[in-house]
Amino acid sequence: MNALLRLLARGRLWVDALPWGWMLLFFAAPFALIAGVSLSTSELSIPPYIWPLREEGGSWQFLPDLSSYERLWDEVLALLSAGGELEYLGAYGNALLLAALTTLGCLLAGYPFAWRIARAGEQWRNTLLLLVMLPFWTSFLLRVFAWMGLLDSSEVGLVNQLLLGLGLVDEPLQLLYNRGAVLIGMIYSYLPFMVLPLYANLVKLDQRLLEAARDLGASGWTTFVHVTLPLSRRGIVAGSMLVFIPAVGEFVIPDLLGGGGVMLIGRKIWDDFGPNQDWPMAAAVAVVMVAVLVVPIITLYHAQRDEGRRR
Amino acid sequence: MSTARHGWGSTAWMLFVYAFLYLPLVCLVVFSFTAGEITTQLSGLSLRWYEALFSDAEIGAAVLLSLRIAALAATTAVIIGTAAALVLVHWPALRGNQLLAGLTTAPMVLPDVVIGLALVLLFTHPWMQWLGGRGVTAIWIAHTTLCTAYVSIVVQSRLAEMDRSLEEAALDLGCLPAKVFFVVTAPVIAPALAAGWLLAFTLSMDDFVLAAMLSSPGSTTLPVLIFARLHHGLKPEINALATMIVLVVSTVVFGAHLASSRARRRRLAAAAAARAEPA
Amino acid sequence: MEAAAAGQGTGFLRVEGVSKRYGQTLAVDDISLSITKNEIFALLGSSGCGKSTLLRMIAGFETPSAGRIVLDGEDMTRVSPHHRPTNMMFQSYALFPHLTVRENVAFGLRQIRPALPRGTIDARVDALLDLVQLRPLATRKPSELSGGQQQRVALARSLAREPKLLLLDEPLSALDKKIRQRTQLELVELIRRVGVTCIMVTHDQEEAMAMADRIGIMSPHGTLLQVGAPGEVYEHPRTRYIAGFVGETNLFEGRFESGRLACPGLPQPLALPAGTATPEGTPAWLSVRPERITLHGSDPGEQAGNRIAGRVGGIAYLGSHSIIQVEIGGGRTVTTDHAAGALAQRTPATGEAVWVAWPPENGVVLTQ
Repeated sequence: MNALLRLLARGRLWVDALPWGWMLLFFAAPFALIAGVSLSTSELSIPPYIWPLREEGGSWQFLPDLSSYERLWDEVLALLSAGGELEYLGAYGNALLLAALTTLGCLLAGYPFAWRIARAGEQWRNTLLLLVMLPFWTSFLLRVFAWMGLLDSSEVGLVNQLLLGLGLVDEPLQLLYNRGAVLIGMIYSYLPFMVLPLYANLVKLDQRLLEAARDLGASGWTTFVHVTLPLSRRGIVAGSMLVFIPAVGEFVIPDLLGGGGVMLIGRKIWDDFGPNQDWPMAAAVAVVMVAVLVVPIITLYHAQRDEGRRR
Repeated sequence: MSTARHGWGSTAWMLFVYAFLYLPLVCLVVFSFTAGEITTQLSGLSLRWYEALFSDAEIGAAVLLSLRIAALAATTAVIIGTAAALVLVHWPALRGNQLLAGLTTAPMVLPDVVIGLALVLLFTHPWMQWLGGRGVTAIWIAHTTLCTAYVSIVVQSRLAEMDRSLEEAALDLGCLPAKVFFVVTAPVIAPALAAGWLLAFTLSMDDFVLAAMLSSPGSTTLPVLIFARLHHGLKPEINALATMIVLVVSTVVFGAHLASSRARRRRLAAAAAARAEPA
Repeated sequence: MEAAAAGQGTGFLRVEGVSKRYGQTLAVDDISLSITKNEIFALLGSSGCGKSTLLRMIAGFETPSAGRIVLDGEDMTRVSPHHRPTNMMFQSYALFPHLTVRENVAFGLRQIRPALPRGTIDARVDALLDLVQLRPLATRKPSELSGGQQQRVALARSLAREPKLLLLDEPLSALDKKIRQRTQLELVELIRRVGVTCIMVTHDQEEAMAMADRIGIMSPHGTLLQVGAPGEVYEHPRTRYIAGFVGETNLFEGRFESGRLACPGLPQPLALPAGTATPEGTPAWLSVRPERITLHGSDPGEQAGNRIAGRVGGIAYLGSHSIIQVEIGGGRTVTTDHAAGALAQRTPATGEAVWVAWPPENGVVLTQ
């Protein structure tokens, strides 16, 4: 009791209560709502669902409506029996695949990039980092729009203008509204999320370890594989998770650059939330999405915690 | 930067990636000066699209709204994020801290759509109508919740590096515990607070998904407006907008960078001079 | 026990039975001591022995798990640090990086309520800056100062509020060895001039001996082993640990036998200082400081006191003095220390046969 009084008196309690209060109300509670709404029935009302915990027949009852989950489960069964349409599972699969490819692309492009910045002279590093972040700070929608202009499949597309002008092709190439364009756009947008954690890790790498390896006769490649790579493992994990997890729900970039040809799970949630007004379904899809992401999230948490400890 | 030491390859790759990153920006800026109507063709030079931009009331309103929300959200996020950082760094053994750390950083990592859906459910709930439902307030709250995660990380890192005896020294010299933060801690972590604010501001300005899901008539932020227009075909007016954004951001960022590096160089020189003196 | 008897009931600062427990570990174990006004007291111990914890309890940053701390008659045990009339100089100096030297020193004065007039604060800051000779640097920031200058600012800052008790946490550990000795004397002089009671914590026994009026030696387990003036502690340590910790010593282990100490491996039992209690058969140790032992080329005879034959092992020539190790058989070594010019003839060579000798009163008998 005394400890509590002292806490209150010192104002510590308020400092602790503020973030707790905010996060509980505006983050934990909404997610509890998602869980609840996923068990609700869709209804033409405001809001468009009937909450599972309600008064019926004079007493409070818990009446979950599992129809949303049933629909998803049906698809799983359909997948296993190789028949039937896989609306949601297909969308999940596409999203996971796209996120994985994006992560891989960002890693391959970003690793040597982050490495080079980390090895640069100290007075250059901050400037270089700033230059990486600068595009990130200008409107992302506009940059995606710029890619639309670059990859436009008519003769006004910038790349096409270049190719036609140089006489390399006779007709404009179909560069836009396909998976390639989407992937370029995704890698472009998520690259900083990979580069920054990688850089933070690589910059702490002791150059002398590499010199020691060379001194002992290892070639450049061997040094990389056996010294640099293992030591940068945590940065790789952190960067990959920071790209993969949000990318799973991405649908704006694929919509703009992919023309909606491939259905992604983020889009499904958006459609169910918006035009379809099927909030319980949207909520169920979200729950499953988060459940699927739990493993990468925990991996990221551990990677960040270990990285922090290493300091 | 000695390329010989680092190998030709990695430097070339680095430059290539930079080119990749800046290519769209350069295109946007270049074609904002076209006299024609196509956003990817330079048919003559003119400033007509800048005129169109500045007389576009809809864009003007959206820009102002976005700026307002971003400034508010950034400030709130810094307050809450710093509070969370203080708790997590100064009282690491406090019960529930792991959960708090998880809660504060989760928004950073989950897909936008999921967070958006969760918050919409909150704001459309009958019990929460006192917040005004969807709209500007809802967007502000959503952005704050998202940005708190980033601010908390940035501030935590700086706090952890800070010498704790500074705060103890302040107490020892008679400073009231409540005052210690404002008089000693905040000035010392000021760069992190500023960085957090800027980061939050940017995230808020650029967010589309949350703003779209929580929007109501009259609360159209800039990204929402741009997205809507994107589907209707666009004029180079949009390039002019992009160029203005690039201009403002570059000026602020490089201005701050130059100022801080000049200040740092001055301090280092003074410190070196002091060390050369006899003690 | 001498520690407990050190002025209970009197004393400007009284630490009474103070312990500090962290979970299962006892960092500070039932310590009692008494500091008189205007005394400079040093808490000496190895790293992790709990001396800093004790200091922090006196400053108010930790609360004792048991015991009381009484300063000038007032019970301070649970008083918050910002209400205590103590001020601390931190090991890292903890100078506020965003404030100038002047603002750093003035900080404590600005916290006083009701607020002191600006002129009073400025005058006091000026006086303090003059005291530490840093007035010309008043407008600099801490990052623009050398280590020694920072230390002086930290000292001035901690004296600003005229505390009843000044606490120094390893005050010289951050300084280079050469500057340390000069600073030791300067620091003592400053503290005396200001006339403030002072407790310092250090692991450096030379520092404690040079600066303090009295030293309190702590064991690695958080207990207080001995309190006394430097000379007292050096010449009459109460335990083997203290004898070995404060300076160097030679320890001979044996049993009392007819008023002497019979040590295994030594041809003759050692003669002891007059008046030592020697209960027959009790195990004991004899501590002899290296500088109390003389070297002889041949057997110096009965009048030299205790004599042991041996061979020169290692010689360390240190300029102002030399340390010579003498192997006396059975794998044991006696360390001797000779001031330059004290060796009667030339320096002996390694392997040479020599005799070490000392009069009985040069040894100290230890039963712990």
